[in-house]
Amino acid sequence: MSARVKVYITAAVLVLIGLGMALYKNLVLGFPMFPGNQQAVWTIEAEVNFLASNESVVASLALPSRSPKISILQEDSASSGYGFIEETSGSMRRGVWSKRNARGQQALYYRIQVYENRSIIDVDSANVPVIEYPGFDEPLETAAISLLDQIREISANNRTFTSQLLLALNAEAPGQNVIMLRRQTKSDEDLAVLVAQLLAMEGIAARVISGLRLEDGRRRQQLSYGVEVLDGDDWEYFNLETGITGFPDRFLLWQRGGQALLEVVGGRNSSVQFSIVENYRGTRELPLNANKNEGAALIDFSIYSLPLAEQNAFKSILLVPIGALVVVIMRLLIGVKTSGTFMPILIALAFIQTTLVAGVLIFLTVVGAGLVIRSFLSRLNLLLVARISAVIIVVILIMAIFSIISSKLGIERALTVTFFPMIILAWTIERMSVLWEEDGPREVFKQGAGSLLVAVIAYLCMTNSIIEHLTFNFPELLLALLGLILVLGQYTGYRLSELRRFEPMIEHFEATEKADAGDTKTTS
Amino acid sequence: MLATPKQLRELGILGMNRRNVSMIAAKNPRHLYPLVDDKLKTKKIAEAAGIAVPRLLAVVSQERSVKDLPRILEKYRQFVVKPSNGSGGKGILVVTHHDGDNYVKSSGDQISMESIQRHVSNTLSGLYSLGGRPDVAMIEALVQFDPIFAEYSYEGVPDIRVVVYMGFPVMAMVRLATHESDGKANLHQGAVGVGIDIATGQPLRAVQHGRPVTHHPDTRHKLSDVKIPHWDRMLKLAAACYDVTGMGYLGVDIVLDQNLGPLIIELNARPGLAIQVANGIGLLPRIKRVDGLTDVLKKPDDRAEWSMREFGML
Ligand SMILES: Nc1ncnc2c1ncn2[C@@H]1O[C@H](COP(=O)(O)OP(=O)(O)O)[C@@H](O)[C@H]1O
Ligand SMILES: [Mg+2]
Repeated sequence: MSARVKVYITAAVLVLIGLGMALYKNLVLGFPMFPGNQQAVWTIEAEVNFLASNESVVASLALPSRSPKISILQEDSASSGYGFIEETSGSMRRGVWSKRNARGQQALYYRIQVYENRSIIDVDSANVPVIEYPGFDEPLETAAISLLDQIREISANNRTFTSQLLLALNAEAPGQNVIMLRRQTKSDEDLAVLVAQLLAMEGIAARVISGLRLEDGRRRQQLSYGVEVLDGDDWEYFNLETGITGFPDRFLLWQRGGQALLEVVGGRNSSVQFSIVENYRGTRELPLNANKNEGAALIDFSIYSLPLAEQNAFKSILLVPIGALVVVIMRLLIGVKTSGTFMPILIALAFIQTTLVAGVLIFLTVVGAGLVIRSFLSRLNLLLVARISAVIIVVILIMAIFSIISSKLGIERALTVTFFPMIILAWTIERMSVLWEEDGPREVFKQGAGSLLVAVIAYLCMTNSIIEHLTFNFPELLLALLGLILVLGQYTGYRLSELRRFEPMIEHFEATEKADAGDTKTTS
Repeated sequence: MLATPKQLRELGILGMNRRNVSMIAAKNPRHLYPLVDDKLKTKKIAEAAGIAVPRLLAVVSQERSVKDLPRILEKYRQFVVKPSNGSGGKGILVVTHHDGDNYVKSSGDQISMESIQRHVSNTLSGLYSLGGRPDVAMIEALVQFDPIFAEYSYEGVPDIRVVVYMGFPVMAMVRLATHESDGKANLHQGAVGVGIDIATGQPLRAVQHGRPVTHHPDTRHKLSDVKIPHWDRMLKLAAACYDVTGMGYLGVDIVLDQNLGPLIIELNARPGLAIQVANGIGLLPRIKRVDGLTDVLKKPDDRAEWSMREFGML
């Protein structure tokens, strides 16, 4: 069997396996082929502010635990100089920041990312304490008793009692008792506590709930409140204003029960504010619904089994083969000259971080400045290793100067210069300058433009959402890609550039043919 | 603007992909590359096989021998210092004469012994070699270039490139330096390539930058008048390089010495494709003719003669 046939057979097997596995995942396991399905992911940031009084500080913030219909993607806390631990008791979680000594205005952050997940139902919440009847002062006690008497008349059970109570408290023309009771309630939280206390007076188990409505672009948001009432064996959620039952959608449960949201020891004027940002991600980027595809080995051993941070790393690694394919096509089929075989891929990866236009400008500036400086170095007759090292240092200096100047000018984008791989830049500069010395500037521009062109095309392919989706969700397609590259490696046809290069020969050939024909005519 | 693949196929033009896969990868065994890439090795095997090359005067391979250079070089009036693994003319120092401590370069500039020693020292540490690898410095006899080409070459020395396929010379050209090519005989730097008829050694046509030209751009001499002496000796010399290197697809560079005749100056395992443009014809038909040859021609001279019979164009 000739080498050629072997390659074709190997390639065919690879392509078949790759496509077969991808189709199986698509048809049997229900992985979508296209990224169409997007899901909202909310990032919520809680900002704790207080004025520290120059002593040791302990700030404790209630944190959300499990919330119905919501999955937590990720959470972290960022506050420089503070220690952070998480304390759990029962179903309650608190984040505790601490510092030996702090003074002045302090800001602590807690960030959580969540998305809607209807398969999460509830939450074991039996041991959450209910609100107890506190005993009101007169004349509130009398007002409460007579309100509860009225409500009892027009209700039949815990559920209808609560609804009627909320109707009465929110009535447009409230009665005397309600006016008196509502005089005490300055916030939603106060109202929720009042409702729960009234229910406790009636002997109905109730507790206060707080959480965030998930809407995009909210800043300085406060928690919203509701009550939960025990009806038979189930806890029923009531909206405070409307009296509507049923746990709301797009609502992140923050706290259940009456504990303080924030406690600060060693500080004054403390407050919590929430901001919410919504963005969309492909469904597949979210961790798989655990029990849905259980038992499918393809998934157990897929990239989804990795932690989120590693998944993200893999996302860009899986794009490299796409860049390699672009390089192979551009070099073997088109005949574009590049400086360094795979340098364009690395440049394209940097473009992903910097965005295209900024990336191209940064690249041109750094390489251009590097070439100028390198031309001075070449007069010093340095050995290769020393020369490259010198160029690397020059590249780093250029990057630093670039960052500082652009930051002074307020061009944020230019700071992404650090995403360029400096060793690769140094080699590029070295190669280009050798090329300049040996073959002149024309060749440098040719190869420089070629490299940039390949990098831009690779970038466009790598950032294409369909390609991104396919490489990440169907990594087995890499086998098919490998097969394709094997076949391309066997391509012995002409390159597009050669159609241009050898074109003058055709002219010449036709000219001599004509001349020969003329000769024969005259002789005959 | 663009030729069609069909047109190129009809002319039998060898493309870059095909060259890499079917010629270089298939016909040039990897482990033999050092014989060609390392000029010292090339010279040794060539000398052993009786192939004419510029004489090797000395080799400096260790830093501590650098101090012996004055003693070594004393007896030679002219010499060339060359990195064994160099390319593109880098690190080649041509000394045309010396008296006492004064050495004179081909450019006419004077150079001191210390500078020569520094040059050799740099060569040893890899300043001029591919990838910066440590190298050795060869000192070889200066070629007395035959003045026959003087009118056709500007500032530089012409050489003759013969592509040898499986031991058969299949195509040839003369490369003439121009002002633009900076005295270098490299076509892509703007040197003129003159295609040479294998049968007779007569010029076929000339190109610069891939386009036909009739006169040398600097000396204004008519290129169709170029005459190459010792043509059959050159082809036999080129054919013999196959036997010593085992490379099936080989570029052989030959220079013409006034007294010694044709000398092999360099071998190339990856010869370029421009020779087709200079000749106005593709390599593939000739390669196929060689592949289709049933007789076994062991002797290089027989192969050269076969090529001269088969590949005549005039
Ligand atoms: N022995 C020599 N005598 C005179 N000139 C030489 C000699 N060797 C090399 N040269 C000059 O240097 C050029 C390059 O030499 P070559 O051996 O082809 O090395 P490279 O691999 O760097 O091209 C030749 O074209 C020739 O002009
Ligand atoms: Mg050479």
